[in-house]
Amino acid sequence: MTDATVPAARPSLLGDDARTKRRQASEKRFQAYGLVAICIGLAMLIFLVWTIVGSGWNAFFQTRLNVSVPLVQEEIDKAEKGLLKTSAYRKLIGTALQAELVEAGIETDMDDKELIGIVSKRASSELREYVLANPQAIGTTVEFNFLAQSFIDGYFKGRVTRDIAERSRNVSVSQLDLVDRMRQAGIIAKGFNLAFLTGNDASESSPEAAGFGPAIIGSLAMMIVVAIGSITIGVAASIFLEEFAPRNRVTDLIEVNISNLAAVPSIVFGILGLAVFINYLGPLSGDDWLKNNSAFVGGLVLTLMTLPTIIISTRASLRAVPQSIRDAALGVGASKMQTVFHHVLPLAAPGILTGSIIGLAQALGESAPLLLVGLVLAQGASLPENIGDFFGGPNTAMPAQIYQWSTRADPAFYERAWGGIIILLVFLVTMNTLAVILRRRFERRW
Amino acid sequence: MSISYLLLVILALSAVGFFLGRARALQSAGGDKRSLHSQPQHYGWHVAILASAPALLVLVAWLLVQFIAVPNAVLQAIPQSEIDAVGSRDLVMTQIQDVANGIDQAVAQGVMSPDQAENIRTEFTNVRDRLAEIGVALGSDVTPVVLEGAQEFRLKMNAWSFWRGIVVLLIAVAGFALALARTHKDFRSRNVVENAILVVLVAAASIAIFTTIGIVLSMLFETMRFFDSYSPARFFFGTEWAPNFRGNSDLGFLPLLWGTLYISVVALMVAVPIGLFAAIYLSEYASNGLRSVAKPLLEILAGIPTIVYGLFALTTFGPLLLGLFGQGGALGVQWMADGRSVITAGIVMGIMLIPFVSSLSDDIINAVPQAMRDGSYGLGATQSETVKQVILPAALPGIVGAILLAASRAIGETMIVVMGAGATAAVFYESPDRYLNPFEIMTTITTRVVAQLTGDGQFNSPETLVAFALGLTLFCLTLLLNVYALYIVRKYQEQYV
Repeated sequence: MTDATVPAARPSLLGDDARTKRRQASEKRFQAYGLVAICIGLAMLIFLVWTIVGSGWNAFFQTRLNVSVPLVQEEIDKAEKGLLKTSAYRKLIGTALQAELVEAGIETDMDDKELIGIVSKRASSELREYVLANPQAIGTTVEFNFLAQSFIDGYFKGRVTRDIAERSRNVSVSQLDLVDRMRQAGIIAKGFNLAFLTGNDASESSPEAAGFGPAIIGSLAMMIVVAIGSITIGVAASIFLEEFAPRNRVTDLIEVNISNLAAVPSIVFGILGLAVFINYLGPLSGDDWLKNNSAFVGGLVLTLMTLPTIIISTRASLRAVPQSIRDAALGVGASKMQTVFHHVLPLAAPGILTGSIIGLAQALGESAPLLLVGLVLAQGASLPENIGDFFGGPNTAMPAQIYQWSTRADPAFYERAWGGIIILLVFLVTMNTLAVILRRRFERRW
Repeated sequence: MSISYLLLVILALSAVGFFLGRARALQSAGGDKRSLHSQPQHYGWHVAILASAPALLVLVAWLLVQFIAVPNAVLQAIPQSEIDAVGSRDLVMTQIQDVANGIDQAVAQGVMSPDQAENIRTEFTNVRDRLAEIGVALGSDVTPVVLEGAQEFRLKMNAWSFWRGIVVLLIAVAGFALALARTHKDFRSRNVVENAILVVLVAAASIAIFTTIGIVLSMLFETMRFFDSYSPARFFFGTEWAPNFRGNSDLGFLPLLWGTLYISVVALMVAVPIGLFAAIYLSEYASNGLRSVAKPLLEILAGIPTIVYGLFALTTFGPLLLGLFGQGGALGVQWMADGRSVITAGIVMGIMLIPFVSSLSDDIINAVPQAMRDGSYGLGATQSETVKQVILPAALPGIVGAILLAASRAIGETMIVVMGAGATAAVFYESPDRYLNPFEIMTTITTRVVAQLTGDGQFNSPETLVAFALGLTLFCLTLLLNVYALYIVRKYQEQYV
């Protein structure tokens, strides 16, 4: 490799000389660098997965208290007449909890205010809604399963320690002591948190009640728009480019455009959506669906963003169908259009479907453009009530809700955000697995 | 006639046309399919298309003209003094439309009779309160001029809508009749139908062009409005970024560009060595088993949504670095004050980019012909010497292209920097710490686009419009990088094919 130099003394034939050893050591080092690089990459992946599962797992569990509340007619009338209805109901819960403790044989000198602090602020409105919905239950004693306050919940999950409680205004050490005893008596326990999957988002002050339901529904609405929009347009565009397009300037222009759009930063599509759909077409049409925080606009933006991906994969599948199929169809008298729609397209369908699912999965995880078209709702998102709300909003989406939670001050929301990420990733993994299975099952080698 | 009814009628007409056309063609052939020029359904589609397509096109065109012409005509009648009092033409028009929609709703709900709605006067009725009763909230009190405008607007809109219905229906019926009259066994309906399909295909393909035009135009218009109130030179060469929603802000581009480039460089410093070495090992050394496991696993890193990386930077990686380099940290140095910093966002983004660099480089290294390797081995080079002195030089243009593509991703990345890099822009004049220290908070172009567009500012203020100028610059920057990268990759590919 270098200029030949005469060695001073002929080295032994059995051993390597110094230069060979050096070259071999450098070879070993080089290999080691490669291995280390791969290991770093994989270690990062493991670290990431470990963080996701470790931080988000707890969102699927929630601490709740079993309290039997006697629903006495006079007390409820009094609460309904009062100005602060929920605080009156809160007192009812406090009394019921006190009675529950006495029954379980737990003695405490805690005052009512501190005791009720264990229960979530949501509990009183939950109780009131139950009473208003079930007036026939008044006069009986009903067993409720109230949410525990976020810090108590955090104590059960190991997020809140006694050290933190000593310094916190939101929870006291004596409350934690009491909770320990209540846990032994079976009044308070951690269970599966179905409300996280189905419930509405909650206000900033009650992370324990925050749910991911509206985000899942909003993402679903957007995916419907994206699936319809990007697959139809994408397949039509690919058919034209692959089967009909003459080789000319216009076709070249389209091709260059598609490959460039594939690399445009996603936030630019958000700006496009804001400027064209919301600020221009929205007022022009006066349509409810074309406004800020509507899933329809989010879907349109993601459609434009996903199009290049779907066009590229669809064209590859169309190209994979052998020319002999087309020749045979043309030979028995089919028109070009019939050839494409009756023979080429069905044969390419599995590949197109696979590519489309992967494109949809990409769109599902995209967040930056959604911030700009207002799918991050500052006030808590709630489930849509009719089809107009389903597409017209105010909607949120899974990545947008995760971002919204990450901006809130209470770190209890981080747990929710990671929980949301687990749900998002479950969807993504399912879609990608489906794509792989479809490819394995239907892929045809010509 | 409202649009939805119009659409329903056209749809029904097409459906009827389909069956009539099919039946008529078969009848003209005496029920014998074989003597038809085209398939029976082609005759059906022919009628359906002629009944709907021209009508729908006219409807869309009509709507476009209507929604531009009517507001313009109404605004013409409004005195300039009134427009100045409210602020701008757009604002006056918004008020007029709101009032008009409110009155329409009141009529629809039966709160007002159509006569009442036409004779409503600001002198006798508080229109705002009246509309609030039925759930239409208006931003301000209704002035006589606005109410007059709203009435004018309703009148004109109704007239346009009325004629729209009649014209569109006439065209639909005419198309229907024409198609049905043409239907005969020798008529080449397949050609007509297939041409129509081809038009749809072309339209779908040109959406890519329209998207690009839309992106450029939408940002260009708003950018020009921004440059009306803020000089381009001050924007592009401004060295201070200090937006102030009360106005009079410094909106210099350079601090943001610096932050973006700094974070991207950190990300590339992580991604390029790791990605490149991983690619070399996978393509030159790894056994098939390792390759088939490690490659897809590494590519997962590129499939994870960026929001996950953002949250990882915000809640895990930032605090981890703070625990090492922050006050009372494990290393005993006080370099970091906040979990968010250049290095937090940079490293996390670097992890995301590893598979970008590695997969692209892997493809490029594999494209180097085996003969070149064999030649090198034949001269006595070791494998690593072959990689360093033969393969890498041969693959270099492609690898540079891959790195440029990764750089363009890094520059356009949003969520990781929004959540991991913080909101304060670099400051050039105070101390080198505020723009050189990688442990400092530093904001980027994409972060500012999100912040300025989701902030509370007035939409027409330069503080909001600057986001479009930033977006356009970002678009151009990434476009240039991509085009250049693709150019390099293509040029290289041609050498060995």
